[in-house]
Amino acid sequence: MSSSSVPSVVPAISVRDLVKQYNAVRAVDGISFDVPRGSVTALLGGNGAGKTTTIAMLLGALLPTSGSVHMLGHNMSKDRFRALARMNFSSPYADLPRKLTVRENLRIYGRLYGVPKLESRIKDLSNELNLTEFIDRALGKLSAGQQTRASLAKSLVNEPDLLLLDEPTASLDPDTADRIREYLQAHCKRTGMTILLASHNMKEVERLCDNVLMMKRGRIVDRGTPRDLVTRYGRKDMEEVFLDVARGTSAVPAATEHHGDPESPEGPETHAGEAVR
Amino acid sequence: MTASLSRIYAVWLRHYYILSRSIPRLLEIMYWPSVQMILWGFVSRFFAARGGGDMTTLDVALGTLLGAVMLWDVLFRTQVGLSIAYLEEIWARNMGHLFVSPLRPAEWMASIMLVSLCRSLVGALPAALLAVPFYGFSVFDMGLPLLFFFFNLVIMGWWLGLLITALLVKAGPGAESLAWMTTFALAPFCAVYYTPDVLPMWMQQVGHILPAFHVFEGLRGLTMQGVFNAAPMWTAFGLNLLYLLIGGVVLGWALNNARRHGTLLQAGE
Repeated sequence: MSSSSVPSVVPAISVRDLVKQYNAVRAVDGISFDVPRGSVTALLGGNGAGKTTTIAMLLGALLPTSGSVHMLGHNMSKDRFRALARMNFSSPYADLPRKLTVRENLRIYGRLYGVPKLESRIKDLSNELNLTEFIDRALGKLSAGQQTRASLAKSLVNEPDLLLLDEPTASLDPDTADRIREYLQAHCKRTGMTILLASHNMKEVERLCDNVLMMKRGRIVDRGTPRDLVTRYGRKDMEEVFLDVARGTSAVPAATEHHGDPESPEGPETHAGEAVR
Repeated sequence: MTASLSRIYAVWLRHYYILSRSIPRLLEIMYWPSVQMILWGFVSRFFAARGGGDMTTLDVALGTLLGAVMLWDVLFRTQVGLSIAYLEEIWARNMGHLFVSPLRPAEWMASIMLVSLCRSLVGALPAALLAVPFYGFSVFDMGLPLLFFFFNLVIMGWWLGLLITALLVKAGPGAESLAWMTTFALAPFCAVYYTPDVLPMWMQQVGHILPAFHVFEGLRGLTMQGVFNAAPMWTAFGLNLLYLLIGGVVLGWALNNARRHGTLLQAGE
């Protein structure tokens, strides 16, 4: 981990008034938030809420219509490559080359990220994520669980300070999914890595995440720790909170349809968790 | 600089892994240039025999036509190789990972140019070597001028590939047939197999702004008159550098435009 190179006061992610407009559709509508270093934050919302669009803008793969994104202190519109070298990303919707073996993929991405002592790093990842038995097999010939582990290994090859995960355990059986969560939890604890993850699995969110950002129709409509949200909505778990927000059946006032400056006194941080503002 | 070279090497390595383990892909790259060379060799012999049949005529016909066939294929394979290097990422749905890594667009372009040069060499060398036992013709007998011809055509293949790839980025992989069609549309203007005076004046004028036009004039000067004139090669080189710069800028613009419209991450079959 090279997190020491980021001053501790600088959030790992800092987003201000972020907008993405596609013709008449406003996919992301003026969101602002900070993600503190070392935290695990969930970006939640139903299909079409704007999560993937937001993640694409955080990665610099999509240009915002307006607003700013700073990742690890770097402005993504001017200086994205310095941030990208210390970040990584995994998604079941962005494949790695399937005709290449796991080892070959790790070699390629290791070089792209400038990983020193690459073969040794690959060996370590192989041991940590139990890749050894299939590391020299083509990715396309692996099971969904093995592919997810390989993709996770790619996303950790550069020992990132910041990891963006899009549905990290989608399509995995409960046992494999649990092992992945366990690994991520231990890895974060050991390295201090920051994670932003989009997930539809609320058990995963409750287990992994310190903070939650709830999105709906391109806006952040609520935020806080999982426990705060469950308490405030008077529900038994995040699954029910999610359904309340998605269906608009919540009776919780004030924290809805918030967008704009996270410093705003009207913002939900007045009653929600302080870690994600 | 070292980091940049390492990233360029990484993308090259990705294509090397794919090619080196796929015999069908390798054979496909070697097959067409070799078949064309064999076919055009017999065509040359046929016309040379009908035109008098002496050994000098045969040598000139072989040198002119076979040299043109092989060198045109260098241009075509370089362009196609570059466009395929992009399409490979689309087919693999790998763009989403590649373009959120520290790989700069210019580095990616340099990598796929290197890949296309390698593909072109893999295709051209067997054809050139086969011509020796088949027709007693060695393209390597041209000596130093061959390097001028070769590198000018490689650079033209690069900028054509960059421009076509920009079109593919803009229009999507559905337009992939452009990768195979576009260069052939330029062949008549480049006067590959004939002297430019058979072309209508307007086609000659278009030809003059294409580097390959000057290269094939140079080739005919060498094979038909035994004289190598370096001036057209420098004209071709100057034009190539200008177009290469334009190709890089246009592809860079297309990639940035794809980032604006969100098509970079969605790119795939």
